Amino acid sequence: MNLRKYLKVYTKFLHTSIASELEYKTNILIDLITAILSLIGSIFLLSIFFQNNGTIGGWDFEQALIIQAIYTILNGITNTWFNPNLTEIVKHIREGTLDFVLLKPIDSQFFISLKKITPSGFLEIILGFCLLFYCIKINHININTSFLILFLITIICSICILYSLWFFISTTTIWFVKTWNATEVLRSFLYIGRFPLNSFSFSLRIFFSVFIPIAFITTIPSEVFLGLSQSWKIMLEVVVAIIFIFTSRKFWLFALKYYSSASS
Amino acid sequence: MVKNIIDVRNLSKSFDISYKEPGLKGTIKHFLKRQTKSLEVIKNISFAIKEGEIVGFLGANGAGKTTILKMLCGLIYPSEGSILVSGYLPFRRKENFLKNITLIMGQKQQLIWDLPPIESFYLNASIYDLDKFEAKRRIKKLSDMLEIDDELFIPVRKLSLGQRMKSELLAALIHEPNILFLDEPTLGLDINAQRNLRQFLKKYNEETNSTICLTSHYMKDITSLCKRVICIDNGSISYDGKLDLLLKKLSPVKEILIICRSEEDAFQLENLGFNVKNKTKNEITIKVENKSITSSLKTILNNFDIEDLYINEPPIDEIIGKILIKKDHDI
Repeated sequence: MNLRKYLKVYTKFLHTSIASELEYKTNILIDLITAILSLIGSIFLLSIFFQNNGTIGGWDFEQALIIQAIYTILNGITNTWFNPNLTEIVKHIREGTLDFVLLKPIDSQFFISLKKITPSGFLEIILGFCLLFYCIKINHININTSFLILFLITIICSICILYSLWFFISTTTIWFVKTWNATEVLRSFLYIGRFPLNSFSFSLRIFFSVFIPIAFITTIPSEVFLGLSQSWKIMLEVVVAIIFIFTSRKFWLFALKYYSSASS
Repeated sequence: MVKNIIDVRNLSKSFDISYKEPGLKGTIKHFLKRQTKSLEVIKNISFAIKEGEIVGFLGANGAGKTTILKMLCGLIYPSEGSILVSGYLPFRRKENFLKNITLIMGQKQQLIWDLPPIESFYLNASIYDLDKFEAKRRIKKLSDMLEIDDELFIPVRKLSLGQRMKSELLAALIHEPNILFLDEPTLGLDINAQRNLRQFLKKYNEETNSTICLTSHYMKDITSLCKRVICIDNGSISYDGKLDLLLKKLSPVKEILIICRSEEDAFQLENLGFNVKNKTKNEITIKVENKSITSSLKTILNNFDIEDLYINEPPIDEIIGKILIKKDHDI
């Protein structure tokens, strides 16, 4: 793989997507307002849950805010990269424009996963980090190198798991043609990631850890933040992320053999 | 000797198609248990195309033309048989193979809708690993050939269909491919835009010796670009050869309109044994087989006082239209 070429192409992707978005100024403004209101709404909802009980699943409000911050960062990443690209796969397959992608001398998964970005999602990422810094302050967390490395590893793994799940569902479009609903279900599951895993019943905890590992995505990076993390959990998240990335890649290559293109 | 750039042998393709009975009952049945049947859309076809050739694929809707093009460029896996394009197995989609080919579809577009075409050209240039100067040179050359200039800087959504198609062509040709697959490239264009596009393709083929495989329902595209045609009927090849031979085969007679100086001559001509289509006073229209045109004209000009004479070719659309309804054994 020619890394220099891929970097050059990605720079062009960034340039063209930002230029496309800037064509519609009002839309960007609305997206920005939505991001701010959504974060305020989520914190408000969280505060209601904690109003009567001091803790939920062993987490107090200040600690739960960390999960909210990580969720906001991940949601920002979802809105910036995954949403504009991975929902487009369904369109590419339905309308047959995947033909153009497949005939380019570039990795098709790279192309369809990164071609577009929605810049307004950046605000969510920034807001998420702001909230995270606030949480560091109120929870009196000491930042050191090993903490930062662990946090980075867990958050990258979370992004990989989320991407793979979404990409996996979108790939099934090659057989089922229309899978909008499935990606919506995934987004709904992601909302669950705003709450600590311990706040769910045992059976739900198993479900969200094993079958749809949403719990990994936010809870483990948050535990790293609070110094509650156990190394086996981090290792498990890394393994799960590698398996997910590898499987989604293999699944995509396998699915392409069944791509029949849309009729003219 | 010119080498074969495309070699197709015993190619077949089947698709699993689901079908549904009408009505609510049919819909529920279709939802609960989908019934599919295997449909053989391409049936054991073989052909070869030489470097620099322009070949037209003719056939009715659903005959299998687009499926063949998509198998040639590697988008669809063949069910049986072999395809070699420029020495590569297309469905493996190797990088060097992809740099050699392009696919242009009249009804689908790859340009970025909200941006001027020039942005898509530079994006494609980076995908094909061209540096900025080389990309600029190629864009200049192709835009001169296509006669587009200001349009390069206007958002695609504001361009006319003709301008958009020219830009699509430029985007698809920036890597200077050797083999062009064109699926209905003139679809929806007005007469002038169609003519410009044909002129460009002809010029491009002459200058680069590229091979062009073309499907179109506009007969003018076929007649002005392709010397050779491959007729597809229900997934099989019903004719593969020169276009003019096909036309002669399908239209063995020509009509001759003869204007005599006197009604007397016209009357005598009518009784000479020709196949008369119609006659009015001193004008007579006869049908003559292609092979006896010269001898018939000699007889007429030597024996009668002729004021004027026209040889009418039957409209080409009409002749080619026959292909779309004829069966294998008819051609």
